[in-house]
Amino acid sequence: MSKPPLQQLADDLVAQSQPGEQLEVYVAQGSSTSVRAYDGEVEAFTVAESRGVGVRVIVDGRQGFAHAGSHDREIIADALAEARDNAAFGEPDEHAGLAEPDGVDAVVHDMWRDEVAAMDPVDKIAMAIELERRVVGADPRISGIRTASYGDSAGEVAIASTAGISIYDRGTAASLGVQALAREGDETQTGYGFDVARAPGDLDLAKAAADAVDRATRMLGATQPQTASVAVVLEPRIAASVLGIVGGMLSGTRVAKGRSPFGERVGEEIASPLLTLVDDPTDPDSFGADSYDGEGLACRRVDLISGGVLDGFLHDSWSARRTGVASTASALRGYRSTPGAGARALAVTPGSGSVEELIAAVDDGVLVQSVSGLHSGVNAVSGDFSVGIEGLRIRDGATAEAVREATLGATVQRLLLQVRAVGGEVERQPGGTAACALVIDDLAMGGS
Amino acid sequence: MTESLLVDEPVVAAALDRALRTGGEFAEVFVEDKRSSSGLLDDGKVEELTSGRDRGAGIRVVVGESTGFAHTADLSEAGLLAAAEAAAAAARGGSGGVTRVDLDRTPTSPAPIETYPEAVAKATKVGLLTQADEAARSAEGNAAGSIAQVMARYGDSRRRIQVANSDGLLATDDQVKTLFSVSCVAVGDSGMQTGRESRGHTIGFELFDRYDVEELARSAAQRALTKLQARPAPSGAMPVVVGPGGGGVLFHEACGHGLEADLVAKSASVFAGRVGELVASPSVTLIDDGTMGGEWGHFAIDDEGRPAQRNVLIQDGILTDYMWDHLRARKEGRPSSGNGRRESYKHLPMVRMTNTYIANGSDTPADIIASTPNGVYVKQLGGGQVNTATGDFVFGMTEAYLITDGEIGEPLREGNLIGNGPEVLTRIDALGNDFAMGSPGTCGKDGQGVPVGDGTPTLRVESLTIGGTAA
Repeated sequence: MSKPPLQQLADDLVAQSQPGEQLEVYVAQGSSTSVRAYDGEVEAFTVAESRGVGVRVIVDGRQGFAHAGSHDREIIADALAEARDNAAFGEPDEHAGLAEPDGVDAVVHDMWRDEVAAMDPVDKIAMAIELERRVVGADPRISGIRTASYGDSAGEVAIASTAGISIYDRGTAASLGVQALAREGDETQTGYGFDVARAPGDLDLAKAAADAVDRATRMLGATQPQTASVAVVLEPRIAASVLGIVGGMLSGTRVAKGRSPFGERVGEEIASPLLTLVDDPTDPDSFGADSYDGEGLACRRVDLISGGVLDGFLHDSWSARRTGVASTASALRGYRSTPGAGARALAVTPGSGSVEELIAAVDDGVLVQSVSGLHSGVNAVSGDFSVGIEGLRIRDGATAEAVREATLGATVQRLLLQVRAVGGEVERQPGGTAACALVIDDLAMGGS
Repeated sequence: MTESLLVDEPVVAAALDRALRTGGEFAEVFVEDKRSSSGLLDDGKVEELTSGRDRGAGIRVVVGESTGFAHTADLSEAGLLAAAEAAAAAARGGSGGVTRVDLDRTPTSPAPIETYPEAVAKATKVGLLTQADEAARSAEGNAAGSIAQVMARYGDSRRRIQVANSDGLLATDDQVKTLFSVSCVAVGDSGMQTGRESRGHTIGFELFDRYDVEELARSAAQRALTKLQARPAPSGAMPVVVGPGGGGVLFHEACGHGLEADLVAKSASVFAGRVGELVASPSVTLIDDGTMGGEWGHFAIDDEGRPAQRNVLIQDGILTDYMWDHLRARKEGRPSSGNGRRESYKHLPMVRMTNTYIANGSDTPADIIASTPNGVYVKQLGGGQVNTATGDFVFGMTEAYLITDGEIGEPLREGNLIGNGPEVLTRIDALGNDFAMGSPGTCGKDGQGVPVGDGTPTLRVESLTIGGTAA
């Protein structure tokens, strides 16, 4: 089989390396379609092609980088020259360098579906319009939508380097998202529903619509609760957001730079014994599945927390060298950035019970259906965790009134230790995390 | 002097003609060429210098309520015509025909720049980073060596844009921005804490005539050190005083987004249908002003070619107007307010804020604090988020203190505050006379980030709910 043109482009660029220089080239190209429906019409239809290149040069431990959103020969040549020039201004770092091939074989996933490009745009438009129609017609209290959208993308990546890396990978994705508005009197509430898949044919319109309708209508009549200390049930999608923050705190880059509160704690109990967390991009069912990391090493399963005990961190080649371990092939990046270590496909080992069963075991609590302010109220260095929430109050094992304008506060460290139950149903999130519902004891809920 | 065009006039006109061929009512070509450079110091070393280049064009065609959009990185005539055809095919309907667009160049005056980023040696930019690192580590309060980590970042960008549309508009802008930030991590018995300072303006390297990077670094270090003594904030409702400059984020979230005409039109805003009503305390006058020279959200023309404007949104508590982009304004038969912005040529424009601020009140900051028996004083805010349909919003406090008996006391750890926009606006019971602009921000909406500025004097909200982290 001949080499894909993108891989050839990367290889050709690496062939231009100069003596004494380490050179890595990351090239990407993709296409995408998106449709927004409103009021039974196409509000916006977008088609796009994109290309990019990122060039990393290391000379005597000094690193320089340049990127460009083009594959024009001249612009790529400029980027290479800029990266070389930039390298002269970095300070020498004994740990700087490219990833060295480590002999691990890649688990090759088939993440490409021809259907994405082949499907008639008319049918894609029809899906967005149908999504809106289903939401609006589902319940008399639904007054409309803010957005109903269909999107898909097809992307290809090639990485080549003077260390002997030369890889190519490609994948497709399709998604639906809808934000429903429910109205009663003067009050409006919102609910979000979505679905993701590798191809449009696998998307579940009914599920996305029902989720949005349910979440919007059940919030009608919501009021601010009184300040209290309560047990919290996190729906899988919310648990995924929280675990994503934990994954970030277990990044080797953060650990190496002294920015993780878990940095010195391998082998210690940092979470409830009920919690086991891995990052496993080799799982073909994860939307975070990947064959290679951002430096071209084969992705592999990384154990992070086993029965509450911290196993280790996610590393790219720099953080691994800096902390004296091997890379876990966890480099994340796009063409516009240099690699940093992080999670692709976090997965919690399921416990047991549906969300309803978890609720039934809570006397005084809150079921959280949405959080806000994750970027402004969570500090991954100190672990301080404070977010706005919406959801349903739980009393004596059953859901009660809807609550809004409430906060939840703790530290990430405490959240992990206070996990009282892990649900049995796994929900796969668009970001790659496979999460179950979590029940966390004794958190401060701020209200009136 | 007239700026040279990124794409020649006849080529743009041909692309517009092509875009209208299938019956489009409105077509637009947006061309962008952006160069950026950044330097990062972390872990005691200048890690790397990065250079970036992104250029391309986005073409949209509007038919009735539908917009077709295509973008390309290929600025050749063939590339633009192909994108025009793709956009036209995407916008359905209409009868089609041959159209001729005559373009008329609108003169614009890009912000004056003293020193363009490309005129500054890379070594000079790198020098600022090491200067900041040393200053943070030798900060006065760091005698015990508690500052464990310093990250300093320098960034500049030069974004040239060109907008042409089927109304005959042809306009350009040249937007230069420079940013510097320092983040410190302090380690103590209570764990790790962070402190940050950032300054960004729509100006060139003269940013560093206004600010001393060593001073910024010392201040970031001091923030982190102070927070080592901080205790978890209490939970629940209480009076909140926000310091000068800091409160801008509060208004950005509490009502700014809710005054964006696209959300209003979809009844996804609690402020829909309320123009002319008293929506805030009578002391509140809210302005969105893209003309504020040098500020982070400043430009000569917006990303639809409309000159920047100063728009009064709330006057003495009364809602006077929303913010508008081309599409929404066209539908209502009124002019755009110069709020049509986009992240890049890869994005469709929508209604966005620029520099949003609250005008001065008459109270002195000292009186505001002294007349608050118990509450929280927020000196520096983080970001925020709002659900415009319900009005509920959160914003983060990155430096805050307890107020006890009218005096600022113990430092508090980080957290979010939550409130409801329409309620909070009516609960502003004190407004200071010490107006200041806040830190440069990036506002996110539907996946697009654009640079925005904000500002306020010291102000007090009679009650907000604090997301305390105390056990």
